[in-house]
Amino acid sequence: MNIKQDFPIFKNNPGLVYLDSTATSLKPRSVIDKAVEYYSQYSANIFRGVYKISEKATQEYEDTRRVVSEFIKAKSENEVVFTRNTTESINLIAYGLGRKIVDGNDEIVTSIMEHHSNFVPWQQLAFENGAALKVIDIDEDGYLLKNINRVVTKRSKILALTYASNVLGTINPIKNIVREAKKINPEIIVVVDAAQAVPHLKVDVQDLGCDFLAFSSHKMLGPTGVGVVWGKEKTLKDMFPFMYGGEMIDEVYVDRTVFKEPPHKFEAGTPSIGEVIAFKEAVSYLNSLGMDKVREHERRLVQFCLQELSNQFGDRIKIFGPTNSEDRGGVVAFEFGRFHPHDVASILDEEGIAVRAGHHCAMPLHTRLGASASVRASFYIYNDESDVEKFIKGLKKVENVLGK
Amino acid sequence: MSLYSELILDHYQNPRNYGMVNRPTGHSHVSNPLCGDEIDLTIRIEKGRIEDVKFKGQGCAISKASASMVTAYLKGKPKDELKKIDKKFIIKLLGIELGVNRIKCKIFSLEAVKKLEL
Repeated sequence: MNIKQDFPIFKNNPGLVYLDSTATSLKPRSVIDKAVEYYSQYSANIFRGVYKISEKATQEYEDTRRVVSEFIKAKSENEVVFTRNTTESINLIAYGLGRKIVDGNDEIVTSIMEHHSNFVPWQQLAFENGAALKVIDIDEDGYLLKNINRVVTKRSKILALTYASNVLGTINPIKNIVREAKKINPEIIVVVDAAQAVPHLKVDVQDLGCDFLAFSSHKMLGPTGVGVVWGKEKTLKDMFPFMYGGEMIDEVYVDRTVFKEPPHKFEAGTPSIGEVIAFKEAVSYLNSLGMDKVREHERRLVQFCLQELSNQFGDRIKIFGPTNSEDRGGVVAFEFGRFHPHDVASILDEEGIAVRAGHHCAMPLHTRLGASASVRASFYIYNDESDVEKFIKGLKKVENVLGK
Repeated sequence: MSLYSELILDHYQNPRNYGMVNRPTGHSHVSNPLCGDEIDLTIRIEKGRIEDVKFKGQGCAISKASASMVTAYLKGKPKDELKKIDKKFIIKLLGIELGVNRIKCKIFSLEAVKKLEL
């Protein structure tokens, strides 16, 4: 199976070793073609036109909603709201629900391994409403601390957690955590940042038992500019809208406005129509591979990478996160001797290898790890063992250039 | 061309003017939490001349080499030189091309020079 052939970027950048899918994934031809199809064949606005190409665009747009809702096993497509990205999705929940239910006597719980997008909105909501922000810590191996009953209490209104860490790679046992949290406070709202989970493993929102799930199209082979909020219909109905304006209303009078029902209540203004339409092809591509196979492929690659790093560099490399590939997504972040992450990334770049260097939008986590920054390699369906081998070779060059 | 030219690597591995000057007449501190870089720059000016200038801190090879080369250039020069040097000068001094995402590493030491409180 030569997956690279389906991705035009490899043809245009011969020899590219792309190890930054955690930041954004590459796009298969079918996704690009679908966007071109919309822009060249029926690039009309949706919902308002009664003419043919507008109806075609509307139908294609709503088709994506159905395909996405089936992909995550939602009860209905009305539970799927399109945003611009995961960050906007989480902000929508914080504004639409957080503002409504959290007050000065309450607690908001999150974790130290969060991406800033699932940390800052809750921190700021806590500041604004006078609530307490509580943070679940990690252990030395990069696992979330068990016994969440030490942090979650009856006063905890919201628990915001990542499904998979974008630095440690840790895959959290979300289903168990939701069950534990709801035992302590049945009313608690559990928000799951699944930006690093939906692209890489089978996600079933009904099985997880959470209240919200947020993720992005661009990390799962789809276009940029499209994010998703999944939420239960009843909860979505009870929320404030996020943005006000066109498309999200049924009736407007000088003295009042009647909003649409979810999901359209949350989709004010003209959305990323072409991008949403093309997103459907990304989901179809993943479906045709099968998410179990995607997960197994990444698990094997990450295991191979961890093994090679420790064989070749031993103590000179410090890898963050679980050593057991069963508990880890396709992400390997590390410190390499005394080398600055930017130097490592620049020398790898000279070999055509794209990795990320920095704090990966997870500063509280890096502070907790005692590292100001790290290098991160991440894998997806188009990566293979030869990419890992080139990466290892590149790291050897780093030692040669900068001196061990 | 590699960013890691012999010149850059030499200044990275054997930084000139590393440390703090005796009896400084000026000092600055710059930090960039995004990459975890920081520089402390100390300087002694006597009779309008830069008698000594040193840097201390941590950073990538480019930012370290840049600080090493800038201090080496400034030492012994008239004080006015502190005002004269600019981004264009540093780029020429280092002799490497940097993309938009890393240009800040190169001019980090310039920032320290411009922030000097004399």
